[in-house]
Amino acid sequence: MELITVKDVWKTYRVGGEDLHVLKGVSMNVRRGELVALTGSSGGGKSTLMNTLGCLDRPTSGNYWLDNVDVSGLDPSARAVTRGRKIGFVFQNFSLLARTSALDNVLMPLTYATQRPTPADGRKRAVALLERVGLANRMDHYPSQLSGGQQQRVAIARALVNNPALLLADEPTGNLDSKTSVEILDMFKRLNAEEGLTVLLVTHDPAVAATAHRVIFMKDGLIESGAFAPELAGEST
Amino acid sequence: MTLFPPTFAVALHALRRNLVRSALTTLGIVIGVGAVIAMVEIGQGSKRAVAESIQSLGANNLLVMPGQASSGGVSFGGGSTPTLTPGDADAIVREVSSAVAVAPVVRARTQVIAGGKNWVPLYIYGTTSDFLSVRDWAVADGRAFAPAENNGMANVCLVGRTIARQLFGSASPLDQTLRVNNTPLRVIGVLVAKGANTFGADQDDIVLAPWQTIKFKVSGQSAQTANQSVAAAAGATGNSSTRFPSQQPSPYPLQTATEAADFPAPPLPTFVDQILVRIGDEADIPGATRQISVLLRERHRTRSNQPDDFNIRDTAELSSAAVATAQLMSGLLLAVSLISLVVGGVGIMNIMLVSVTERTKEIGLRMAVGARPKDILWQFLVEAIVLCLAGGAVGILCGWGGAWAVRTFLHWRTEPSIPAVIAAVGVSAFVGVAFGFYPAWKASRLDPIDALRYE
Ligand SMILES: Nc1ncnc2c1ncn2[C@@H]1O[C@H](COP(=O)(O)OP(=O)(O)OP(=O)(O)O)[C@@H](O)[C@H]1O
Ligand SMILES: [Mg+2]
Repeated sequence: MELITVKDVWKTYRVGGEDLHVLKGVSMNVRRGELVALTGSSGGGKSTLMNTLGCLDRPTSGNYWLDNVDVSGLDPSARAVTRGRKIGFVFQNFSLLARTSALDNVLMPLTYATQRPTPADGRKRAVALLERVGLANRMDHYPSQLSGGQQQRVAIARALVNNPALLLADEPTGNLDSKTSVEILDMFKRLNAEEGLTVLLVTHDPAVAATAHRVIFMKDGLIESGAFAPELAGEST
Repeated sequence: MTLFPPTFAVALHALRRNLVRSALTTLGIVIGVGAVIAMVEIGQGSKRAVAESIQSLGANNLLVMPGQASSGGVSFGGGSTPTLTPGDADAIVREVSSAVAVAPVVRARTQVIAGGKNWVPLYIYGTTSDFLSVRDWAVADGRAFAPAENNGMANVCLVGRTIARQLFGSASPLDQTLRVNNTPLRVIGVLVAKGANTFGADQDDIVLAPWQTIKFKVSGQSAQTANQSVAAAAGATGNSSTRFPSQQPSPYPLQTATEAADFPAPPLPTFVDQILVRIGDEADIPGATRQISVLLRERHRTRSNQPDDFNIRDTAELSSAAVATAQLMSGLLLAVSLISLVVGGVGIMNIMLVSVTERTKEIGLRMAVGARPKDILWQFLVEAIVLCLAGGAVGILCGWGGAWAVRTFLHWRTEPSIPAVIAAVGVSAFVGVAFGFYPAWKASRLDPIDALRYE
């Protein structure tokens, strides 16, 4: 069953009076529970595709179904609700709130949740997530008091606090050394394996890409390979 | 609406994190609201003080003054021609039913001597005991004029507290004699203290005597000794020939008993300087004014095409003028304070814009995790409103403090004003919304991707 279905999506920017086609008719899908790596040449449109998939942006044309809902035509407010409900983001630069404790950073998305848990429940969930990412004894630390890997783990806990169906990570290990990268990657794999979380991550590292179920290769706004999940045996369309 | 509380908490948190900046940002509001509160309290106080001192001048009083003379188009100002007579006063009592008391007044200004001390009273009034009813004034010690003294030339007087203190110190002035322009007057009563009037004049600096005494004995002489200091320098006061007035030729011939018998016709009109009328009920003032006007025109045989030869003024006019002045002043001060509130609002807007720019990345992040544009709008709007309300609250305290300081150190009168406090809170909330909206709107319109990439 597809969580993401993209059909002929175009993204065109107008720069200096000329149309710049960044996505040139992308079609792809991602099944629930997949761990997909998105890779390709720099400037190929990976981040643009991720933003579109994350409902941060809307395609110029084409359709995008997330969880069987066509979200390609939603207004900013509805897209925000969709992001809060279904998508968790992990960014390359961690993007934590400065001078805010790890715990409060994890709690932050709950402020905007449509079905907000009680403060006690929210706190319990955030603490559990921080324990899960191995930061049980760092909850009251500020981002400036954490290492890069620890900050990225806080970011992962934050992305999970709303129980999203989809985790999008744009170069999550880009700012980390190789050892820490492996730890973070293991975390994604564990979350995928244990919770069935669908993970889509952008990476330039072939070794990282090799650990994924599937690799989507992008070049010049088009997907060169791996756009569709293989048919599962016994599943009818 | 479940959205409000968490956004509110976020806003408060952001403010607390930048406490010093928040405090400085809202300083303009603090000053503006403080100024408004202090101005209103001081303004109300001075208005009340003015109203009360007008009241103490004598409520419901009409003052009839002689009209102004004019010759060849040159006007000499009010009171420049004598036209009012004691007969007019009697006629007003008789004819105007709403006039409860009428007192003719003859004024003099000269030196008063008692024992070794001398003093120039602010007021030397020749009048009748009705003056006390008109002015609502009681005799503290002694008695008022007896009916016989009212219309005679008895050498008696009532003195105000200031005169008593200046001339007799702590001793009782009763039955003491003071000389007014060499006319000996026996003090028969001391008036209750009244204090200063609206214009700061000491109302207790007064000598009251029967009007004929002042008219014929005191003023009759003061025409010749108008300049006291010259007269004193010349040693005139020591001259026994001037001690008693009748030896001097008076410009106003006095009737002897024989003359009165010989000429039963009314005596030559003697003029008074003003007539005070007390009206029983404030509502009757316009009617009474009209009646007096008709009566006096008739008595003065004014032709219908001639203007009045007198003026009638009521204290309401006086008080409304004074109150209007006080109101104008406090209105102007209020306008200045309101302008400072607007300046404070612009300060808030400026800092909020800076804050939005500074927190662009944070806004992008919040949007990425599900904040809708209106959540962001609320967050920044609440920040601005909370800033303004906190500033308003501190400003109210400052305003009270300022009013307290003015009351304690300058001894000005202030009046606490609840409407001012409510208005201050309302205005600061309004300033918060008005000046916080644009930055908040700007923040809510940010594109999440651009905001996330913003460095
Ligand atoms: N807002 C924009 N306006 C104009 N052009 C843009 C905009 N955003 C991206 N582009 C262009 O789109 C192209 C693809 O950008 P994108 O960030 O998606 O590449 P990428 O595959 O993520 O590259 P990298 O691996 O280096 O991160 C680039 O050529 C970029 O210049
Ligand atoms: Mg990229």
